[in-house]
Amino acid sequence: MENAWYTISVYSENNVGLLNRISGIFLKRHINIESLNVSKSEIDNVSKFTIVVFTTPKWVHNIVGQIEKQIEVIKVFSHTDDEIIYQEAALFKVNSSLLFDEREIQNIIKDSNAQIVTVSRDFFVISKSGRRSEVDTLYDQLKPFGIMQFVRSGRIAISKAEMQISSLLKDF
Amino acid sequence: MTTTTNPSKKMKISGAEAIIHCLLAEGVDLIYGYPGGAIMPVYDELYKFQDKLTHILTRHEQGATHAAQGYARVSGNVGVAIATSGPGATNLVTGLADAQIDSTPMVCITGQVGRHLLGTDAFQETDIIGISTPVTKWNYQITEASEIPEILAKAFYIARSGRPGPVLIDITKNAQFDSLDFHYEKCTKVRSYVPTPVASKESLSKAAVLINEAKKPFIIFGQGVILSEAEKELKDFVEKSGIPAAWTVLGLSALDTSHPLNVGMVGMHGNYGPNMLTNECDVLITIGMRFDDRVTGNLETYAKQAKVIHFEIDPAEVDKNVKTTVAVLGDAKASLRDILPLINENSHEAWLKNFHEYYEIEYNEVIKNDIYPTKPGLTMGEAIRILNEKSENKAVIVTDVGQHQMIACRYAGFSQTKSNVTSGGLGTMGFALPAAIGAKMGAPDREVVAIIGDGGYQMTIQELGTIFQNKTAVKIMVLNNEHLGMVRQWQELFFESRYASTVMSNPDFVKIAAGYDIEAARVSERDQLSGAIEKMMAHKGPYFLEVCVENEHNVFPMIPSGASVSDIRLK
Repeated sequence: MENAWYTISVYSENNVGLLNRISGIFLKRHINIESLNVSKSEIDNVSKFTIVVFTTPKWVHNIVGQIEKQIEVIKVFSHTDDEIIYQEAALFKVNSSLLFDEREIQNIIKDSNAQIVTVSRDFFVISKSGRRSEVDTLYDQLKPFGIMQFVRSGRIAISKAEMQISSLLKDF
Repeated sequence: MTTTTNPSKKMKISGAEAIIHCLLAEGVDLIYGYPGGAIMPVYDELYKFQDKLTHILTRHEQGATHAAQGYARVSGNVGVAIATSGPGATNLVTGLADAQIDSTPMVCITGQVGRHLLGTDAFQETDIIGISTPVTKWNYQITEASEIPEILAKAFYIARSGRPGPVLIDITKNAQFDSLDFHYEKCTKVRSYVPTPVASKESLSKAAVLINEAKKPFIIFGQGVILSEAEKELKDFVEKSGIPAAWTVLGLSALDTSHPLNVGMVGMHGNYGPNMLTNECDVLITIGMRFDDRVTGNLETYAKQAKVIHFEIDPAEVDKNVKTTVAVLGDAKASLRDILPLINENSHEAWLKNFHEYYEIEYNEVIKNDIYPTKPGLTMGEAIRILNEKSENKAVIVTDVGQHQMIACRYAGFSQTKSNVTSGGLGTMGFALPAAIGAKMGAPDREVVAIIGDGGYQMTIQELGTIFQNKTAVKIMVLNNEHLGMVRQWQELFFESRYASTVMSNPDFVKIAAGYDIEAARVSERDQLSGAIEKMMAHKGPYFLEVCVENEHNVFPMIPSGASVSDIRLK
């Protein structure tokens, strides 16, 4: 079976140690986590893990089953890229002088729909969210001018189909 | 002295005392363990409560876990083991992993350094939560006394419900010393946890149609039947449908081994017919088993012709290894009870005859020579056959791991359930001796015979001290072939007989037993074997029997690792 990108969404209680328990399931199967994001969810006191892996459908089935089996996990979903709306966020720190000396930078920022979130005497910070490829494009464009710092978040994703958690919680 | 337990009343007590009250409220009267610095407040309370709660001091924390497992496996209750922080806690890991893979209900309690010392690399501090996470069903670190009642209630609930498993609760020393308002309520549910799914009517009727229409149906049952106490339901199902039934190692003893429809064991050293016919049946009905690789061999060629029905409590097991046609998700007892009215009365005489024909071949090629040998040198098989005769198939048999384990599973007779205690999934050498101690305490009215190889025996031989101190009346039968026999067998078959580190120079086991005041004997002659086993079984207290068996005997049949079940070899 072919490897593909899968986004695994985990709804869980917010407890110490659960991240370790979930990441251990990937470790045991020697499967790399490509990106990981943990946040609150649409339900009070329920956390959401968004995990991206590149693997086979069989392994995704196995992993989803094992994660869902964990006591503090409420529900797990897996989606392929066409079943979700997904984004990543990135921050670039660039030397302030470039804004004034390199006209092209301004065009790059405008064309990429990025935002300047802060400007100081020494540096400015550009924020860009979008698909991985869009962030990568901006990275490649800025790279020749020198990037002082760069960071990108894990993928966050919303499924097109409903994820029925609230009704599930009532059933527990 | 406050030795009364009234969980309904609020009382101000220490965390350590609260732990005892929690155990008592859960019906625990026996625990295994080993004291040490970070668990001392609890031991101090155990001293005060010794009339209500018996603590068995094992000689190593690993022994405490295996004893708790043995106790749980024969009694169906949650086994409890307790240890200190650091090395005490890490010594539990093998038992936890064993209980996890074999679905054994167990609660382990570990002491931990005080909360203010966490993360400082304090004396005997170790991250047992991190270490035990992959080998526990659930674990939790208590850092405040007030958490104790709720968390321990949850621990017992999680350990025993659904697919059972081990739970570890780590309790910092301050939480043991500090006081709390004690109030205990049993846990009956945890949000986010569905222990027992209920089989859908649709899945039951789909399965029933397949079963009723099958011409060559075949049942494989596993430990799920024992864990859900579905033995009667299984028997009713087998008898009404007339379907031949085989078992996995952990399913052994769920159905009387002499039942006419019990056709034997599947898997690597299972019986010839059940393995061959797995690849000929038209409907494979699997109940409470998980298609372990030792059962299936090569999955690419496993039962490909068959429609597969999987009765299973754990959704994660469905389609994990073998793609099922119908999954009946639920507790085996409830599912088998509910499907029974939908099943037609039937018999499959011609199909059953296939199993008998394969048995004839296996009997002549393998079994006869194993259990009625004529060549010089005792065999493991004949020792098991004689044990069956002397125990009338009524004993609890606890085995370790290796050749003796496979021989015991192949030839031991069982007329009662929860009678086969072995380390199936993890394959833990050293399991049997401490597990037998727990089994005897969990089933004090039954004979408990530990059958162990000379290698595994020496991995936990120190537990003879526990037997000595408690006068635990276990029968220990070491089948000594002076080798690590199963590894030696693989070396002979697959590594051109290069016996790397599998030859054992053994001490005088009889003298060692004598040192612990355990009556002991050694037998190496055929004409004395029956008398020796009879004497062991007749003895009232603990007894050690060393059976010196042939050194280079191989266990057959055998499915070579990675081969198809129908490539099973008779020699």
